[in-house]
Amino acid sequence: MTILAVALLALDVVWPDARKRDLGYVAGVGLLAVIGVMLVLAPPPGEVSDQLLLGGMIRHDQLAQIFRAMVILGGALSCLVTMGVPRLQHRGDFYAVLIVAVVGASLMSAAADLIMAFIALEMTSITLYLLVGYLRGDVRSSEAGLKYFLFGAFTSALTLYGLSLLYGFTGETNIYRLGGVLGRSDLPDGAVAVSLALVAVGFAFKISAVPFHFWTPDVYEGAPTPITTLLSTASKAGSVALLMRFFLAVFPPAGLLGALEGVKDYSALWVQLVAVLSVVSMTLGNVLALVQTNIKRLLAYSTIAHAGYILIGVAAISTDKSAEGAAAVTFYMFMYVLTNALAFGVVILFANATGSEQIADFAGLSRRSPWLALAMTLALLSLAGIPPAAGFVGKFLLFRAAVDANMVWLALVGIINVIIGLYYYLIVVKVMYMERGPEDGRPVRVDTPYVWALGIAAAGVLLFGTIMVSPLVDWATEAARALYILL
Amino acid sequence: MVITFSGVLTGILLVPVLGAVVILLLPKEQKDAARIIAAVTTGVALLLALGVFFGYDVNAANAAAEQGEVYFAFEDHVKWIESVGISWHLGVDGIAAPMVLLTALAGFTGVLISWGIEDRTREFMAFFLLLVAGVFGVFMAVDLFVLFFFYELAIFPMYFLIVIWGWAKTREYAAMKLTLYILVGSVVALVGLLVLYFKAGAATGTGDYSFDFRALHAAAQAGVFDQPFADWTGVSTARLWFPAIFIGFGVLAGVWPFHNWSPDGHVAAPTAVSMIHAGVLMKLGAFAALRVGVQLLPDGARAHLPWIIFLTLINVVYGALIAMRQRDFKYVIGFSSVSHMGLVSMGFATMNVTGMTGAGLQMFSHGVMTALFFACVGMVYDRAHTRDIPSLGGFVQKLPLVAVAFIVGGFVSMGMPGLSGFVAEFPIFVGLWHGPVTEPVATWPTDSFNYYGAIAIVAALGIIITAAYVLRVVGQVFFGEFDEERFPAVSRITVYDKIALGILIFWLVLLGVYPKVMAPMIESGVKPIVSMLGG
Repeated sequence: MTILAVALLALDVVWPDARKRDLGYVAGVGLLAVIGVMLVLAPPPGEVSDQLLLGGMIRHDQLAQIFRAMVILGGALSCLVTMGVPRLQHRGDFYAVLIVAVVGASLMSAAADLIMAFIALEMTSITLYLLVGYLRGDVRSSEAGLKYFLFGAFTSALTLYGLSLLYGFTGETNIYRLGGVLGRSDLPDGAVAVSLALVAVGFAFKISAVPFHFWTPDVYEGAPTPITTLLSTASKAGSVALLMRFFLAVFPPAGLLGALEGVKDYSALWVQLVAVLSVVSMTLGNVLALVQTNIKRLLAYSTIAHAGYILIGVAAISTDKSAEGAAAVTFYMFMYVLTNALAFGVVILFANATGSEQIADFAGLSRRSPWLALAMTLALLSLAGIPPAAGFVGKFLLFRAAVDANMVWLALVGIINVIIGLYYYLIVVKVMYMERGPEDGRPVRVDTPYVWALGIAAAGVLLFGTIMVSPLVDWATEAARALYILL
Repeated sequence: MVITFSGVLTGILLVPVLGAVVILLLPKEQKDAARIIAAVTTGVALLLALGVFFGYDVNAANAAAEQGEVYFAFEDHVKWIESVGISWHLGVDGIAAPMVLLTALAGFTGVLISWGIEDRTREFMAFFLLLVAGVFGVFMAVDLFVLFFFYELAIFPMYFLIVIWGWAKTREYAAMKLTLYILVGSVVALVGLLVLYFKAGAATGTGDYSFDFRALHAAAQAGVFDQPFADWTGVSTARLWFPAIFIGFGVLAGVWPFHNWSPDGHVAAPTAVSMIHAGVLMKLGAFAALRVGVQLLPDGARAHLPWIIFLTLINVVYGALIAMRQRDFKYVIGFSSVSHMGLVSMGFATMNVTGMTGAGLQMFSHGVMTALFFACVGMVYDRAHTRDIPSLGGFVQKLPLVAVAFIVGGFVSMGMPGLSGFVAEFPIFVGLWHGPVTEPVATWPTDSFNYYGAIAIVAALGIIITAAYVLRVVGQVFFGEFDEERFPAVSRITVYDKIALGILIFWLVLLGVYPKVMAPMIESGVKPIVSMLGG
């Protein structure tokens, strides 16, 4: 991918202006090719000891594989949907930095070491700060970039402190060995809890969980929409992978560390914490989304709510190695990447056509472009969790994991939130279909890259919700099982 | 991968879906093509459904029930998501087969009635077909995940159809209310379903989790659900979760006090959608409550139905009283649906063969009857542009066939012998009078007092009130003075309308004079349930 990024920069210099838009194709298709190469030529080795690469910095297992696939897919789709945005489509450096952000996120999916975790976090964050504020002349973009930077810098400082505490307590940077040492050491609970909380700050920031979600609505709204797409797909996926891997490795439940005496089980700390974060995120996200009038802000609050749903699965990571919770999270993230790419792609097209991002201005779009309206409806149904979209299966798996982990109350809260969520998703659908707009009959322009990007995303959402559920669930389960293999 | 596959049921399900896809691909000018494709696909589904209905082997079903097996005809069983225990498993038992036929009838006649829709015909037909497919799926599902999948699938076409083509005055409110209510009910039931799934799977000891009905039924027979639910309570799983499941699904059946979405939904929806809505959708709720609630948790049913029956009684009487007060023609029918669905739930709550057979018959009879009612209302409204009963009058002169159809429907709803309404309601009352097969597990001390008989008497009042409001509406709308100035040009009904009315009336009469065409079938489906309850 680095080669691809460098190649893009080179092409940017060499190609004439007229052809520069095709850089998007190079970037998007290049990334998709990378996924293919990765899946075919580089499957993870079977032996655990072979999986640790780069001196134990990253672990190349099935979990890393699937999350990398998601991340790169999110990046590819974001590149493709950039190609219709007037001020961005011909900027080679934009695509190059985007790819670097994708590299950072994929490193996050595989990080097995404290230092690598931090590097990956920062790599993703810093490139994203840049990309969010890319449109220097646009006030909203600059403001978003600055807000994101300040918030991110603050939280990453806290996280770094937490990470350094963990190093200080144990003397290890590899998270698997760290977990083993921490479990056997005699540290006061408070110390461990503090370091856990500090690290959690950074994770909560990246996945937009309450109470570190404040940046999300403004940044999502102000950033150029392709970057919003990247934020909500690749960045989020990588962070979720890192979160799961980190918590399970550093604070494993006692049953996983082998039957040694005196191994302390810190897992209750983070399970409870995650459950609380989940409830708060879901509720706040959904309730605040009810009053939004800007589609990007609505989707931003929906992202916060979905962070909550995902955390249900994380909290339900059971200790009996059946890996249901982690598998549910993995499946959900995959479908979430596709769904968000679809939704934001449509938003870009509609914004180009109507010049507005207000929901009320979506009126009558079903008459202008029935297929686009249908695509948006599919994305919203997936977010709401209604069949035949993949979101239904995703939510089903999450609630199933929660009930199995004896957290029925969490499932009930999740269910109440699904109902609240359905309301505001349906409102958007209603506006598109029921109300009449000023320019009925004039179709919305859909260029080829969008046909590809939205086509892939929509096909994925529909297929993974119906016929092709099984392959994805199986892959997710395999990936989740890899989480439980600790050193 | 494939365990058994007869293809018929999957065919009935897929044909409307394919129809919907094809219709969406048409250019929007080709309205007639959309209509024809919709009619053809629902017609094919109807023929297949008739095949399923007449091909159902009652003797085989009864023989299987004697052996204690769960009998499903025309099974399609293919592995789907093995790791979670979900398979594509369709099948019909004695109760489901008439429901599949009902759906096919309502779907086909609905398309015919909607022939006149001009605004975005293509989308209307496509969403309608998706709705019909979703409803088929619920009745045919043997795997409970599939049941739930299609239950939810029916939600979004319903929303679309009401909000875009419904009555402008209340459609947004009604559509949103309906959708949210149904979703709430269904997700509450989902949690209950998941609980059953986990308890059953854990009890197998081999980690064999499954959503398949046969597996869960086996667990129920083995008494898995009669164990205490958790350490912190001694109450069994069955008794704890039965209300959640029964009432969760019962929301869609319009069980009081969660019936509120129904009248508004009926009235706001376009005619064909009201036909599906009242005729079929509400039966989904009762069916799912029976399948997942009563059949899997008989002990829970024994404990809770004795008080739930009071809710259904309120449905019957209260619904009828409210219907009497309505000025809007369609609201009368809407509340009448609430009332008659109360009879269905009441029939299931009797917990004996007679009553439950009556409930099954009532599901079919009321389904066809209410479809007929809404079709008639739609035809009057399209021409008169008002549904205000006092303003209407004398329409028998202009729409004689509609008047006849409405009167037939009215007699059915009153339970007049010779028509299906009597065949359905009489067993329910007989069943009520006899009381449950087993002594109801008393939730309050009722040592020897069998109050079911008293409920029968009060419910019979419902019939009287029904007769009152039906005759009143018939008299005021169809007979009396016709206001020529107010309704200058009342066109005749089209041939498609006539075919639709004819088909619906035919089935009401057939079931009325020859109940044997359906009653043994339903009885064969009900007997295993009652034997588990009485056991």
